[in-house]
Amino acid sequence: MTKKWNVEVKVNGRVKRAEVEPRLLLVHLLRDEFNLTGTHIGCDTSQCGACTVMMDGKAVKSCTVLAVQADGAEIQTVEGLGTVDQLHPIQAGFWEKHGLQCGFCTPGIMMAVNGLLQDNLNPSEAEIRDALDGVICRCTGYQFIVKAVQQAAETIRNSQQQSQVVPAEGGSV
Amino acid sequence: MIPVSFDYVRAASIPEAIQLLKNSNGEGKLIAGGHSLVPLMKFRLSNPGTLIDISDVNEMKGVGIVGSRLVVGALTTHAEVAEDTAVLAHLPVLAEAAKQIGDMQVRNKGTVGGNIAHADPSADLPAVALALDAVVHLTGEDGEEKVPIQEFLLGPFITSLPETSVVTAISFAVPPAGTQSTYLKYFHPASGYAVVGVCAVGGKTAEGLVNHVRIGITGAGDCAFRTEQAEKFLFGKPATLENIKQAASLAAADGDMGEDLFASSEYRAHLCKVYTERALRKVLG
Ligand SMILES: Cc1cc2nc3c(=O)[nH]c(=O)nc-3n(C[C@H](O)[C@H](O)[C@H](O)COP(=O)(O)OP(=O)(O)OC[C@H]3O[C@@H](n4cnc5c(N)ncnc54)[C@H](O)[C@@H]3O)c2cc1C
Ligand code: FES
Ligand code: FES
Repeated sequence: MTKKWNVEVKVNGRVKRAEVEPRLLLVHLLRDEFNLTGTHIGCDTSQCGACTVMMDGKAVKSCTVLAVQADGAEIQTVEGLGTVDQLHPIQAGFWEKHGLQCGFCTPGIMMAVNGLLQDNLNPSEAEIRDALDGVICRCTGYQFIVKAVQQAAETIRNSQQQSQVVPAEGGSV
Repeated sequence: MIPVSFDYVRAASIPEAIQLLKNSNGEGKLIAGGHSLVPLMKFRLSNPGTLIDISDVNEMKGVGIVGSRLVVGALTTHAEVAEDTAVLAHLPVLAEAAKQIGDMQVRNKGTVGGNIAHADPSADLPAVALALDAVVHLTGEDGEEKVPIQEFLLGPFITSLPETSVVTAISFAVPPAGTQSTYLKYFHPASGYAVVGVCAVGGKTAEGLVNHVRIGITGAGDCAFRTEQAEKFLFGKPATLENIKQAASLAAADGDMGEDLFASSEYRAHLCKVYTERALRKVLG
């Protein structure tokens, strides 16, 4: 009998705990233990990226990470992006530019895009396509996804510029 | 897909990892990024009794220059290597190769040490390691050891790593000033691994004579190899297109070409020639 392991992770800002078998995959921890079913399982063989989440600030495929490896980590899933009332710029980009059809791949793609935009708010089309190398969409043909990412990057850039113009309370510009 | 049950422990230091390997009586396996091991365990092709997670061992992370060598901690990820300022300044070819590994998510988890220790015959870094006279730094029960890459890589997924040793770092020789390096890869269209990957380092004198040449090839066969015959042919000769072509035609001579559904051994030998020629033209052109 293998020893169970107490996993503690911060998911979308909230600390969550579970006692798990070491062989449990991170994607199953999120979906089955924490009921965060926005993270999808497509191929289960590290190819499609539908299971992509942020782990300690980096996009990873959660079907290829053991839950125990994530013990102590910060995880962000698609549920942590925005809400229906207040979409995250990436979600708004996919909405406005028709970046999805069936939507199955979309949570993973948005998290991969999140990983890209966090390091590079001004990606070229080639850089966007490179960041999409680890995700597969069988519907859209990617063209609209690229447009969605460009739109999201622009929205985030603009909002950052605005917040730079407005002086912080008590601070200087 | 779910792996067979196993025990999981975390090592906080290199000595602890060695002790845990010792305690596991041959049943233990180290896990770094897990991006070669976890897929194998999900297919139940690898069923370790205990996984020893070394990813917390900070002394095995990061990149430094020691003399004329660049030392990359085993736990440094491919994404970190691709962006590292010391790598970009002294060994840009390593970043060039790291960027061609898998995809963004894979590069965020996979490590340099894991890539070399796994000895996947289609992995990219073995070719770079061979062309840059890499040395594998190990720590085991009897202390530290430095093993040249050619004595470390023995075959497909086979290395000379003792059962209770840890790869702590890989050091790469910074090639002499004036040399150029490149890594060119023919991607497998489905897996993205190298069908053939060629790393070449080359330099020439003011008169145009080749005074430095190293070529490492991965993917083509059971084990990455150095193209000693091609190197020997070219060394000391004028870096002309004719000589580069002749050297490239010897590229497959030092490896046993593999064969699978995707590429015959004949085709792989041809790719070795074509990619070696392209790489040599780039570094000696
Ligand atoms: C979808 C996908 C695509 C990929 N594409 C490529 C590609 O194009 N090119 C390429 O080169 N690779 C590719 N890889 C493999 C990737 O680079 C791996 O991450 C890497 O080969 C192994 O590193 P790791 O840290 O994940 O090792 P792990 O999976 O943790 O370990 C692999 C093996 O090495 C051993 N090991 C790990 N670290 C050490 C150490 N410090 N000391 C001793 N033994 C150790 C482990 O015990 C295990 O046997 C791909 C992987 C995936 C999932
Ligand atoms: S489900 Fe993880 S990569 Fe496809
Ligand atoms: S929208 Fe259907 S798979 Fe991408």
